[in-house]
Amino acid sequence: MEWIVETNELSKTYNGTRAVDQLNLRIKEGEIFGFLGPNGAGKTTAILMILGLTEPTSGKVKVYGHDALREPLKVKSVAGYLPENVGFYEDLTTKENLRYITRLNGMPDKEALPKIEEILLEVGLSEVADLEVGKFSKGMKQRLGMGAVFVKNPKLAILDEPTAGIDPEGVDQILKLIVRMSREQNITMLVSSHLLYQVQRICERVGIITKGKMIAQGSIDEIGKEIIKKGETLLEVQVSKVTPTLLNSLKEIEGVKDIEKKDNHFLIKCARDLREKISRAIIESGSLPLQIKTQDYTLEEIYIRYFREG
Amino acid sequence: MSRVKVVFWKELADYFGSRRFLILFIIICITGASITYIASQTISQGQTSLSVGFIFLRLFTSSAGALPSFTFFISFFGPLIGVILGFDAINSEHSRGTMSLVLSQPLFRDSLINGKFLAGLGTVAIMLISIIIVISGLGLYTLGIIPNLAEISRIGIFFIASVVYIGFWLSLGILFSILFRRTASSALASITVWIFFTFFIYMVASVIADQLVPVTHTATAEMITNNEYLKKLIMRISPATLFEEIAVAVLNPSVRVFGFLLPAQAKGLIPSPLPLSQSIMVVWPQLVGLIALMLICFAISYVIFMRQEIRAT
Repeated sequence: MEWIVETNELSKTYNGTRAVDQLNLRIKEGEIFGFLGPNGAGKTTAILMILGLTEPTSGKVKVYGHDALREPLKVKSVAGYLPENVGFYEDLTTKENLRYITRLNGMPDKEALPKIEEILLEVGLSEVADLEVGKFSKGMKQRLGMGAVFVKNPKLAILDEPTAGIDPEGVDQILKLIVRMSREQNITMLVSSHLLYQVQRICERVGIITKGKMIAQGSIDEIGKEIIKKGETLLEVQVSKVTPTLLNSLKEIEGVKDIEKKDNHFLIKCARDLREKISRAIIESGSLPLQIKTQDYTLEEIYIRYFREG
Repeated sequence: MSRVKVVFWKELADYFGSRRFLILFIIICITGASITYIASQTISQGQTSLSVGFIFLRLFTSSAGALPSFTFFISFFGPLIGVILGFDAINSEHSRGTMSLVLSQPLFRDSLINGKFLAGLGTVAIMLISIIIVISGLGLYTLGIIPNLAEISRIGIFFIASVVYIGFWLSLGILFSILFRRTASSALASITVWIFFTFFIYMVASVIADQLVPVTHTATAEMITNNEYLKKLIMRISPATLFEEIAVAVLNPSVRVFGFLLPAQAKGLIPSPLPLSQSIMVVWPQLVGLIALMLICFAISYVIFMRQEIRAT
């Protein structure tokens, strides 16, 4: 498999604290990769190292085969970056800000001007193209930031907290834009966030980082399974009636860790998938199982779980 | 190089569009013009001791009453111009959140600081050249004298020295804008240095000189000259002193020494104006020193900027 972003044992120490600790990140061409972790987990530091904006203490980064430390310019010309809390030159208009970006990328005006128009349409800022950026709302600035990423025709877009501090409608617009750009222009996306549900909606694969360490990487299903393999299955059981012996016989089943009871519903935490034994126990105690289902792990459960371990 | 150009033109446009530049420019133009007008009045009324030649240069050096000369004006307010243009060059990019946006574009990090510095110098140069043209125009009108080639080249050298002088303060402002994250801190730090070099350096120089070579009522002529020499030496740490000496020697062709001229030295001296090349020789050390100060200051900012972490908070 050809990875377009590849970090090997990437570490960064700031004043004695490890911001990023032996990070191994892999991103496939064309995917939307969610880079998750709580605030201060080292996401931004890792991103800066991927872009060659910060020197790693140890380890290597390769982006499209270019070493980020040796050839930062090549990396920066294929990768667009949306910084956290992006800002713009407030005395310049929307268009002028983007013009500055295209010029810094060495795009000739002939090519850049139509591209800017196209991008402004894409991010929904055509109407304010000639207004100064100073009075823009956070959401508009964020969309302009997305525009600044896409206007340089990147192959890879690295978006640092693109949805932080934005109203739900704005979040929706941004997420849709990410998906659309990824599909239409085949841009690989690295989306860092601490907001799970949003990322869950659009990401094909995620990596979870806490305290500088990557603790899980893969599709959401894979990570969920990894947890199941490691330990617990959660079963939701509904029985026809609660008999006196039921609770005890359930508790006696080998592997059952914990039972929560609520009317005729039970929430059973067990080491393995014990559905067969549980249904048998229910029947033997004189009741009938109406419904037994394994609960899926949502990203949030995965996330909280990993954070606790980390 | 092309990226430096992009940054340069953008920053230059920013400077010229900014309100502080406009205010500075208006103040300087009005003051410069009024100073010159009064000076030219004084000259045309014949209240000047210089009888022959180089009258045009007097426009820049003569003061009238309470109003200082144009060279003094530059030596005093030039630092403020430089500092005002430079004090938020880098830290404002950080606080606005544009720093990582710009540096994530394919340009070398030094293109940014080089572009900014060159744009600052460009702004200063354009500003000064316009004032000099305003003054010369006024001079032509009021005096009715056309400057000769020697005068024009002397003004040219004075112009270069002024740009370098203000360039030093610009690079000092940039240095502080890299060292301090808040624009208020960097502005205050720059102004502190300016006040030290403009007001306190004289006191410091006097104190040190008087300690090392005390001048009492029994002092010999040699001790007094030594004291004076030492004072001058210390004061030359200040770019303002260097600039003033350059301005005096370049714009006043009869100046050949700074400080005391002992009778023994003056013996047989023909008090004629020096040719341009000789005037330059007189201030060559000062000129080189001023350029070196500017470059060293910029080099320090350059190195610190290149090594700075982008998100050192």
